[in-house]
Amino acid sequence: MSAASTSPVIERGTATSRIAAVAVAVIIALLAIAPQFLSAGAVDRMTALFIYVILAAMWNALAGFGGLVSVGQQVFFGLGAYFAIRLADAGLKPFASLFVSAIVVGVVSVPLSLFMLRLRNGEFAIGMWVIAALTHLLVNLDRLVQGETGTSLISLNVYDAGTRRMTIYWLALASMTALLAMLFGLLRGSTGAAIRAIRDNEDAAASVGVRVTGTKRLLFVLAAFGIGIAGALWLATSITFQPKTYFNVQWTAYMIFMVLVGGIGTFEGAILGALVFFLIETWFGGTGVWYLIGLGATAVLFSLFLPRGLWGTVEERFGLRLLPVGYRVRLPGNPTAPADDGTAPSPRQSTQHQEKA
Amino acid sequence: MSNQIIQGILLGGYYALIACGLSFMFSVMRIINLAHGSLAVFAAYALWWLASRFHVSPFVGLLIVLPLMAAIGWTLQRFLLERSARGGALLPILTTFGLAIVIDNLLFEQFGADTRSLAPYIGSLSYDSWEWPGSIYVGKLAVIMFATAVVLLGGLQLFLTHTRLGRSIRATSEDPDTAGLVGVDARRVNAIAAAIAMVTVGLAGAFLGMRATFDPYAGAPQLLFAFEAAVIGGAGSLWGTLVGGIVLALAQTLGAQVHPQGFLIGGHAVFLVVLFVRLSTSGLGLRGLLRLPSRSAS
Repeated sequence: MSAASTSPVIERGTATSRIAAVAVAVIIALLAIAPQFLSAGAVDRMTALFIYVILAAMWNALAGFGGLVSVGQQVFFGLGAYFAIRLADAGLKPFASLFVSAIVVGVVSVPLSLFMLRLRNGEFAIGMWVIAALTHLLVNLDRLVQGETGTSLISLNVYDAGTRRMTIYWLALASMTALLAMLFGLLRGSTGAAIRAIRDNEDAAASVGVRVTGTKRLLFVLAAFGIGIAGALWLATSITFQPKTYFNVQWTAYMIFMVLVGGIGTFEGAILGALVFFLIETWFGGTGVWYLIGLGATAVLFSLFLPRGLWGTVEERFGLRLLPVGYRVRLPGNPTAPADDGTAPSPRQSTQHQEKA
Repeated sequence: MSNQIIQGILLGGYYALIACGLSFMFSVMRIINLAHGSLAVFAAYALWWLASRFHVSPFVGLLIVLPLMAAIGWTLQRFLLERSARGGALLPILTTFGLAIVIDNLLFEQFGADTRSLAPYIGSLSYDSWEWPGSIYVGKLAVIMFATAVVLLGGLQLFLTHTRLGRSIRATSEDPDTAGLVGVDARRVNAIAAAIAMVTVGLAGAFLGMRATFDPYAGAPQLLFAFEAAVIGGAGSLWGTLVGGIVLALAQTLGAQVHPQGFLIGGHAVFLVVLFVRLSTSGLGLRGLLRLPSRSAS
């Protein structure tokens, strides 16, 4: 055995992951030209899928990597749509207003983070819900919105239906790709190591000099920005803005479902979860209330019996990495054993510290 | 104006009722139960069903519903929360949130979207009032509600300080491992604590149904009220919950005076103000807003 093979090898990718990287590029290229071959209805559904992927990835960034479970993320979804309405009303081009709106949401989330990030666990979760409820009420007071009656993004009507549909599709695809790339870059970079350290043990991370609050704030603002884009895009697809629909806690329920099923704290898991949710919605969405009961029950069962989700379990069982964000140490003699590389999902580990009053 | 203040204080009794179960569970098991409000609404529906189907007065119905709630609490702790809590502090949030969705939608499936109320089944109690000096009218129901809250909080306090079981609960909440060393069965104690918490939730649900209307999705606002009252009053005693409930109710009353839609805004606003003050005065940051109610009793 040569000297090289006896020392541990640190890997950042695997053969599979290099193939996966090529596959991702191909898939995105295919998706970009797909509208040429799809019916109008299918294009709309695909747009919805891209928005779900954004929602899942952003909630996962916050909960799976930042250890911050929020039940109030609908606040950013609603605000993304609301600011888009406001900006378009102020004379901005409708498509531009979608993205300026998301930036405004990101800016708004900075002072909010100063305040909310000092709360822990469940207190943060419901605290965000209170923020969402209050924001909903305040948006209702805006004359332009006319309370629960709502309003619509009328200025979008200058484009004909076909152009509008295509443009929104490509914007959603581009947003999804850009946000996922941002998150991937963040997690693979030096901040990523800090993020995983915080996720695994906040106090220990702080003790070795990780800027805990700053890192969490970064994730909080990124998630707000991303969900803001999702809300604005959703507004673009549906045109009408009713506060009750956008500030509905259901959006957070969807995010939780997607991430729990896909695999909390894994980059690929959120995407997988969004796909699963999309398929379930396509097949069972028509069953109304039973569909929602099923979603809730599935979330409960996953949290109890499969807390690492589908992808987390696959990853653990087969050591499979498609889009690796962490490091993997391969020890000689047992090269296939997947050493713990820090991409292991969080809830079980993130909260070893007992909260004491 | 003094009339509104008195109404506000009495409404605070309801918030204290719904909040005390939430903070009790948090202090013992360190779980914030996101299905708290939905379970209260479930209890209200159970009473409504008994009353409309079998003509059982809601007060008699409590004799059936409260033991049922206790059983639900015990089962919940044993089969759901215990397992979920082993996975860390974040997992129970997700489990109980999923549970809330299931309960809400099952209620919707079973009872439809109509708003219901227990008021028709409690006779004249829903609108009877006493006239106090200064031509102030206070609803009998509101007074009963407030008195129930005081009795319940006082009873819980006495129970935690003066009974063997109460002391085991406090010991478990302080340190489950050490409590285990001296022979306290933490699993059993937690299940009992959950059962007690659910009984208070059942009572809160009953009063929710009597004083107002409810629908299948009324659970979420109740959870927020409970959380807000518990955090506002979370000074470390069960009585703090009562103070928190009163502050919340007064802020809502004041908000309603300022603007027609100000009722809820006032409540949320006072919660955030209290939170802000607490966060900026507690130097090191906050380890827990909902502190142990049992601690001051020790």
